[in-house]
Amino acid sequence: MIWLNQVIQGVLLGGYYALIACGLSFMFGVMRVINLAHGDLGILAAFLVWAIVEHSGMSPFLALAIVLPLMGALGWLMQRAMLERSLRAGVLVPLLTTFGLAIVIQNLLFEQFGADTRSLAPAIGDLAFDSWSLGSQIYIGKLAGLIFAVAVVLLGGLQLFLARTGLGRAIRAVAEDPDTAELVGVDSRTVYAAAAAIAVMTVAVGGTFLGMRATFAPYAGPAQLIFAFEAVVIGGIGSMWGTLAGGVALGIAQNLGAQIAPNGFLIAGHAVFLAVLGARVAAGERGLRALFGRAA
Amino acid sequence: MSVLGLERLEVRHGQLQAVRGISLAVAEGETLALVGANGAGKTTLLRAIAGAHRPAAGRILLDGADVTALPAYRRVAQGIALVPEGRRLFAGMTVEENLLVARANGRPGPWTIERVLATFPMLRARFKAKAGSLSGGEQQATAIGRALVTNPRVLLLDEVSLGLAPIAVERVYECLRALIGAGATIVLVEQDLGRALRVATRVACMLEGRVVLEGAAAAMTREQVSAAYFGLARGEEPQPA
Repeated sequence: MIWLNQVIQGVLLGGYYALIACGLSFMFGVMRVINLAHGDLGILAAFLVWAIVEHSGMSPFLALAIVLPLMGALGWLMQRAMLERSLRAGVLVPLLTTFGLAIVIQNLLFEQFGADTRSLAPAIGDLAFDSWSLGSQIYIGKLAGLIFAVAVVLLGGLQLFLARTGLGRAIRAVAEDPDTAELVGVDSRTVYAAAAAIAVMTVAVGGTFLGMRATFAPYAGPAQLIFAFEAVVIGGIGSMWGTLAGGVALGIAQNLGAQIAPNGFLIAGHAVFLAVLGARVAAGERGLRALFGRAA
Repeated sequence: MSVLGLERLEVRHGQLQAVRGISLAVAEGETLALVGANGAGKTTLLRAIAGAHRPAAGRILLDGADVTALPAYRRVAQGIALVPEGRRLFAGMTVEENLLVARANGRPGPWTIERVLATFPMLRARFKAKAGSLSGGEQQATAIGRALVTNPRVLLLDEVSLGLAPIAVERVYECLRALIGAGATIVLVEQDLGRALRVATRVACMLEGRVVLEGAAAAMTREQVSAAYFGLARGEEPQPA
């Protein structure tokens, strides 16, 4: 029963990982950019929500509704002002650019908020610790359940958006062949900017939930980036449902690792990530195609 | 007034000058066939008209308006559509989605997805199939349909018969003849000289980036065009490929 409980907790944790990973996956799938500032953008959103909650006493969920469009605008601006230019200079330059952006965000947050850790848990009351009991040994945290449900809705919504809307189809067309997309009338610059805005909005949701389920500090972004990156590699870049599966696999591995040994939480997750990466490289072109697949 | 006009157009690929000062005019309802050997600059010229290559010099006019500086996606909205060599469909998207992406960015006009399906009946059964799973002929029909749903003023067709089985080529050309009969303005790049001469109203033969022969298709013999094609018309020896 203990093992089953760990698997269930792992699945729920995987929902959080999928939330922070889907934007990373989305940006790479469409623009072929690995955004090293992704985790820091999530932390920035968490700080913005925290600041609004602190100053107004508003619910963090309402504060998130205010922060989301701001983060979307930031994503749009980031693409148009930085990534678009750096993409023209080759594949390494965007990597360095987003690395620089990560450092800037971390230090701006440190300058503004100091080094203290913060949490949004006090602002959500009982939701932070309430749970449903399934028998005597299995408990499902209400917040963890909510995060998982939001992840499923968000990823499913993104999948539907890509499949059913004009902008979604344009994003898929640009992801597949940007030159031809331009030749059928798609403005790839606008599409890239919209994709970046969507990616940053999704990580804002992830960052806010991080603030509700744990603590965060100005330099917490890189750790979130690592989890997101691992979930994406396990699930396959560019696939929304693959990202959810990757997050769940990572969460289960971490929880089972922790059950085996107290310090096994991170090691087990990293081990699964390395095993999947190794298997994909060993599988040759087919495995790498599964890893680097375009936006679903 | 011509629908499409080129004035001393020059296009470079790095150090290589692929198009050298070409001036052409295409009238409403006309089908201009661009013929020439590999490397003559036909595809580059077509791509420059569509906005995929930026000209080094010269002007591209659409209905008299200068579109030289417009990016490719805005030229589609103005009325220029290219069916690229090799089809270049979005392979992971269905036929319907390929058409919808283009339809969303085109001009208003008579070409709807339903009309494309009526023109290319072979696509009806494959409407929900991924473009990557289609046969060559079905892919070419989808590529032409994708260009048509933008309701272009000028349709640019690059090597539509390339890599297709003879029966598929025949079907595609049957549809093209119907388009031409309906008054479409077309610039066609075609390797098959005989086919080009049969469908075109006018022919321009390119050699090393220049137009070396131009005139009404009906007034030209296959021998004349062949001579220009290989550079014999100006006293040059044919070069091995």
